[in-house]
Amino acid sequence: MSQTTAFIVDTLVHATPLMITGLAVAIAFRAGIWNIGADGQFIAGATAAAWIGVSAPATIGWLALPLALVAGAIAGGIWAAIAAWLRSRFAVLEVISTIMLNFIATYGASYLVRGPLQEPTHVFPQTSSIVAGAHMPILISDTRLHWGFILGLLLSVLTWYAMKYSATGFRIRASGMNPFAARNAGLINVPRVTSGAFIVSGAIAGIAGGVEVCGVTFALYENISPGYGYTAIAVALLAGLNPLGVIGTGILFGALETAAGTMQRNAGIPATTASVIEAVVILGVIGIAQFRSRCSVSAT
Amino acid sequence: MEAFLEGVVRTATPLALAALGETVTERSGIINIGLEGSIIAGALGSVVGAAHGGVWAGFVFGAVCGLAVAAIFALFAVVLRADQIITGTAVTLLALGGTGTLYRLIYGSAGAALNTPTLNPAAIPFLSKIPVVGLALFAQPSITYVLYALIPVVSWWMYRTHAGLALRSVGENPAAAIAAGVRGKRVQFTAVLFGGALGGVSGATLVLAQAGTFVEGMSAGRGFIAIAIVVLGRWNPLGTVLAALIFGAASALQFYFQAIGTNLPYQLFLAFPYVLTLIALAATHGRVSAPAALGRQDLELE
Repeated sequence: MSQTTAFIVDTLVHATPLMITGLAVAIAFRAGIWNIGADGQFIAGATAAAWIGVSAPATIGWLALPLALVAGAIAGGIWAAIAAWLRSRFAVLEVISTIMLNFIATYGASYLVRGPLQEPTHVFPQTSSIVAGAHMPILISDTRLHWGFILGLLLSVLTWYAMKYSATGFRIRASGMNPFAARNAGLINVPRVTSGAFIVSGAIAGIAGGVEVCGVTFALYENISPGYGYTAIAVALLAGLNPLGVIGTGILFGALETAAGTMQRNAGIPATTASVIEAVVILGVIGIAQFRSRCSVSAT
Repeated sequence: MEAFLEGVVRTATPLALAALGETVTERSGIINIGLEGSIIAGALGSVVGAAHGGVWAGFVFGAVCGLAVAAIFALFAVVLRADQIITGTAVTLLALGGTGTLYRLIYGSAGAALNTPTLNPAAIPFLSKIPVVGLALFAQPSITYVLYALIPVVSWWMYRTHAGLALRSVGENPAAAIAAGVRGKRVQFTAVLFGGALGGVSGATLVLAQAGTFVEGMSAGRGFIAIAIVVLGRWNPLGTVLAALIFGAASALQFYFQAIGTNLPYQLFLAFPYVLTLIALAATHGRVSAPAALGRQDLELE
């Protein structure tokens, strides 16, 4: 395999979790929900998927894979639902609650891989490997590229269609753009719509965690997410919160992370530089947007 | 028990410093989620400063670094009036990544700087002899005493000076404040910088009064916890510091339980402050009122 092919494959493998978590963030942000918790939801999803993947009997065969992914979606959804409930019931700012839940998920996973879910020899802080039936099939033979990438593409297209053409998608966009107008003019139950969007966002981030376990790591580790949920914010914003755009920006950031890893190995440039670039991208996007809107305001 | 109380005040000090600064920032109507970034920048800055000019140079340089990060936030959130939540998240990401990168560039991947000078506890005569709480309150590193001094000063400034009134009026009713001649943006910009500087001091405290070295990501969400503390402290300086003590206690519990020996998993104690934050935020619902204009980006200030 040539170096270029290897880079492309690595990029797409890295892009998969970024694309799916970016999609999760885009849905939430569209609804006016600042879900900074995709990381925690990703970890919750990965944990549930690993639990199913490890404990599934071999007799159910490939059924283990959809079961693990559904478990991931449910776990991610529940993790987001906590923050959604705190928001709607107690008006707790979701930015704070989701970040707290990220930490809690990290320590929770750390406990599980050193406690109840630890591999039988009790040497490594990780679960046993998931059963073969839960492995995501490989997309291109002799590479690491798996069908999770295709799943990410499908989810993006599906979300794009639902946001653009379905009544629910319209309600979500209306609630995010102007909750007061949505309630008064559109008779939309805004708290219900936004909470729903929040939970769907969490479920999608949970699927990303499940895909990572079933397609890449095949076990649950401590620090299974190197901050995907935070990169996802840059992915979503750079895409202008467009579910189709997330495909492109996800691949772009996948390439960035792959390159950052290579640079760290070969040139000693720290991989943390990638998050600096992500931050600059976010600031650049909002800076340009604000600058433009201010120019247009002063022109009129 | 005395050791536990001492731990409470020690762990509460950086939280209280950061939360005190954020209280001032939020009273101007700006919520700075990038506080976490100021803390981590202050932590790294303090290592560099202390290596060149001793402990207090470390605190000063830490404050400068925290302020510099807050200035980036203020440029976008106050001057350009970008969304405060997104800007704050980006600034945090920038500072966490930036400090990690700079640290490895300066000290190599092995991470040196283990000989950072640190602040030893300094017992105040007489006061530290008070039973039970004496040692906890008055045998701390001197940065804790700086905090004690800041509480009345900030309170007085906020409630008894014209500048303090201007700050609160911009946060409550910007239109009225501007009509009365207050320079809204300037007030907010300054308030953000002040919060960032104290965030930097908070990070410096983590290094110079506690850990003795810099670790990547050592702020560990304290900036976000501090924001919750501000809510719990009802946006007033004294309340904020008292709320910080509750969180100090939550963190100090782990040392206490480690000391007495228990079968409970240690991750439970590590996660406890974060769980407490959620509970505290839910419990204060309906009984507190935030500055009326907090978080509003759509205001035209002057």
